[in-house]
Amino acid sequence: MSALGKVVRSGVGRRRVQTLVIGLATMMAVAASVLGGSLLVVSGAPFADAFAEQRGAHLSVEFDAGQVSAGRLSESADTEGVSSAAGPFRTATVAPTSDGAGSGWPMTVVGRGDPGRDVDEVALLDGRWPTRSGEIVLSAGSSLIPTLGMKLTFPGLSGGPTLTVVGVARSVTQTADAWVVPSQMPALTAPGSGGYQMLYRFTDAATAGQITAGAKAVTKDLPTGAAVGKQSWLTVKKNAERDTALYVPFLIAFGALGLVMSVLIVGNIVAAAVGAGTRRIGILKAIGFTPAQVVRAYVGQALIPAAVGTALGVLAGHLLAVPVLAETEEVYGSSSLTIAPWVDAAVISGVLGLVAATAWASAWRAGRLRTVDALAVGRGTSMRRGRWAARLAGRLPLPQPVALGLARPFARPARALAMGTAVLFGTIAVTFTVGMVASLGEVMKAKAHDVADVTVPAPMPDFGPQSPASQKKPRADPAAVAAAIEAGAGTAKHYSAATVRATVSGVTGTVDVIAFTGDASWGGYTMVSGRWTDKPGEAVVPTPFLAATGTRIGDTVTVNGLDRPVTVRIVGEVLDPRNDGMQVFTDAKSLAGAHPDLTETSHHIAVASGTDVTGYVDALNKDLAPLGATAQAGGLGRGSDMVVTLNSLSAILTLMLVAVAALGVLNGVLLDTRERVREIGVHKALGMTPRQTVAMVLTSVVVTGLVAGALGVPLGVTLHGWVFPAMGDSAGLRLPDSVIAVYHGAELFPLALGGLLIATLGALLPAGWAARARTATALRTE
Amino acid sequence: MTTPVIELREVSRRYNDGPPALHEASLTVRPGEAVAVLGPSGSGKSTLLNLVAGLDRPDAGSVTVEGVRVDRLGEAGAARYRRSKIGMVFQFFNLLDDLTVTDNVVLPARLAGMARGEADRRAAQLLETLGIDRHARAYPGRLSGGERQRVAVARALMNRPPLLLADEPTGALDTAAGQDVSKLLTDLNSEGQTIVVVTHDLALARSCTNRTVRIADGRITEDLMSPAVAPEAVR
Repeated sequence: MSALGKVVRSGVGRRRVQTLVIGLATMMAVAASVLGGSLLVVSGAPFADAFAEQRGAHLSVEFDAGQVSAGRLSESADTEGVSSAAGPFRTATVAPTSDGAGSGWPMTVVGRGDPGRDVDEVALLDGRWPTRSGEIVLSAGSSLIPTLGMKLTFPGLSGGPTLTVVGVARSVTQTADAWVVPSQMPALTAPGSGGYQMLYRFTDAATAGQITAGAKAVTKDLPTGAAVGKQSWLTVKKNAERDTALYVPFLIAFGALGLVMSVLIVGNIVAAAVGAGTRRIGILKAIGFTPAQVVRAYVGQALIPAAVGTALGVLAGHLLAVPVLAETEEVYGSSSLTIAPWVDAAVISGVLGLVAATAWASAWRAGRLRTVDALAVGRGTSMRRGRWAARLAGRLPLPQPVALGLARPFARPARALAMGTAVLFGTIAVTFTVGMVASLGEVMKAKAHDVADVTVPAPMPDFGPQSPASQKKPRADPAAVAAAIEAGAGTAKHYSAATVRATVSGVTGTVDVIAFTGDASWGGYTMVSGRWTDKPGEAVVPTPFLAATGTRIGDTVTVNGLDRPVTVRIVGEVLDPRNDGMQVFTDAKSLAGAHPDLTETSHHIAVASGTDVTGYVDALNKDLAPLGATAQAGGLGRGSDMVVTLNSLSAILTLMLVAVAALGVLNGVLLDTRERVREIGVHKALGMTPRQTVAMVLTSVVVTGLVAGALGVPLGVTLHGWVFPAMGDSAGLRLPDSVIAVYHGAELFPLALGGLLIATLGALLPAGWAARARTATALRTE
Repeated sequence: MTTPVIELREVSRRYNDGPPALHEASLTVRPGEAVAVLGPSGSGKSTLLNLVAGLDRPDAGSVTVEGVRVDRLGEAGAARYRRSKIGMVFQFFNLLDDLTVTDNVVLPARLAGMARGEADRRAAQLLETLGIDRHARAYPGRLSGGERQRVAVARALMNRPPLLLADEPTGALDTAAGQDVSKLLTDLNSEGQTIVVVTHDLALARSCTNRTVRIADGRITEDLMSPAVAPEAVR
């Protein structure tokens, strides 16, 4: 081994703690960067690729066939700004059942002779395109599980058509739930219903404003009210990317925190290691090392642990990315997402380059030192800084070790600043995570609506052929269940919620209409704006519904797919991410004329004050048993994989950042302790006990920890205030104050003390070493 | 017969696998004595001083100071022992450069829990006695070597220790300053302060001690109750 190699190897071995700290800090920076970078890359890729390949429709518009002819719609393709168009295609809302299964859910069927080419080329995933009547292609995202050869019947239609599933397809812009040949459409369209679908691509369609302008242009020459629904590709894109996009602001925050923090700490550690080795550098130069060799030796000493940390960080980043990428894959079905190799390459080269640059800058400065000056380092004393602080602390009515410790940061302000920055970022991370967990909890609470003391869950809907056993099972009559609840001793208030599947013009897929009987305003629904319903004919809807339908509070929407269309006025915006926010909450009387199927009804009960919930449930269940329903204590709270993933990720990333912060403190205090070993020896020779030594070292980080904690908390709160609404925006949700303003005064104080805790944790080990240092050895130390 | 201040019984200390730094050394120092421990480099002088100060522990034998079995003390006990029983003066002063002279001097008292005001009064008295009160608010870096060593002596005396240990107290001083410190130690001893001085400095040994102990290769080779010291003894 060359002399240089030996110096590098011995340096790495000699400074074991610094080597470890550089390795760990680098590992965490790389893991956070790989995770963040990968998610940023994959979050947009699958949809963008598929949209470009299939030439997705920038805008799909649903027209009322009774108000506009196919010919006039064809002319809209020539509107200025339209680069290509497809249609008009006949559309119908149908509710098929498969192979004798229970009641069908509504779906939008479109009549198209072929999968298309210039606009919205539907991708066949399995089977073939229908060539004649009696055949149907189902969307991969259809509510019916698509199986080739499956027979679909349409109970509500005259003539009782039966179609065979011949293919499974996917439209990137989700223009339909199923496709048939145009000649099939009359049989699927009830008299007086049905519509036309036009699909447009525009020359400019990058923004919502451009899409709105395009929509106005293509409908301006058509009768008012002819367009009954519109769907922008931006809405579809947002829905498709929702799950992954949710992670993006979160990861940007953590990635940036991790990267900045690790850069600071790695830089500080490397610079400090070189600084602490200045005398050694002098010795190396005295025995013949050139300045360049010295620089290479110290860069090498930093790069070895950094390289090991980088390798481990890449591994950790890949492992952490697995659950997040799995979520993304679910969104795109068969897509198999992996971390882009160039992300790994960029992170590896970036981090190692950074470490090398920092080490080089520090070593270059030391390498340029005159040998005689480098050799003299450590012999003299230059403790001129912070004397005022030592004097001031000495006057305070505090034990001497505490006073000595408190003054210490002022003697080495740069080092204290570096430690404080590490603690600051650690506190920001902890504060941010606490807020995020609380906010996600609020979202889950809003989603679960589980403030009820007792719930009678709705029976599960039928999916597939009914077995003889299930046919025999009695269906609970919602009215009878409600009557039993009303009569139950201890019932304070109750309401029932029936879930009815319907469609809304212009939006593919089903919409859940939640029809309430009784006052549900106390049921835990979190309003974003507007108000709860007061009377039949009013509805509240989640933000994604407003976005998908292009409606606002005060507008009306028409719910289709029931016995007759039902128009309701939107009076409020509610926070509810279930069913991708495609829900309509209204009074059951709003749907009275449309004869909805109310089988899927749950009942929510608040018991009177002082009532024993368990006893109430037991008594109620005796009354409900003959009705085929069962009550349970508590609400219908359901967990969420995404929340679990986000909470786990944030916990892991926070722990990593806290660990890096503590390592930064450990390194700083360790350097400080080494530098002060003689001083500590003097103190011990004068009678400082080990406990007093520990107290002195620990209090040396108290000021730093407190200041960093006090600054970190408001910054963490600010970061949360920026990231969480951005996450909500990514998920298409507007978040009310109750979800954003989750920090309370009582929580902020312990969070601020968290900075002190991180600093103390980092200083504990060096404090122990200082306490155990042999006094006689310390006194002899140069 | 008065109780000894220091009583070493067959004390041995060996570092790693090297030769014994101290081998079965026995020594008794009585109150009011001023003892010079002489010997060449590596003879075991500093080891002896460290054992008496509770900075190190013997491998064998016992070290008793003022009735305290120092060799049996833990770290915390040894620290409390140093506070109350001994004062130490070092060759390179070991003053803390970021503390003023007064703050350096009050340090042992403050560590022992003495109130600041009381400690300040005691420090002022000591500094005046030692003739360096005009430097009370100065930092050690501004003082001469002799003045620094006086500050170190003041610090060592702060808790009124029955025993003053000095390790080469004139080793870093010029002749004039060395004589100054020597006189200071003589004066202190004349007031009854028990002193053990480890030194190469024959002049110091002659001038301020009334007993000399010679060590060579870890063994006590001579113990004389006379200040007269033969020059060849410390070669």
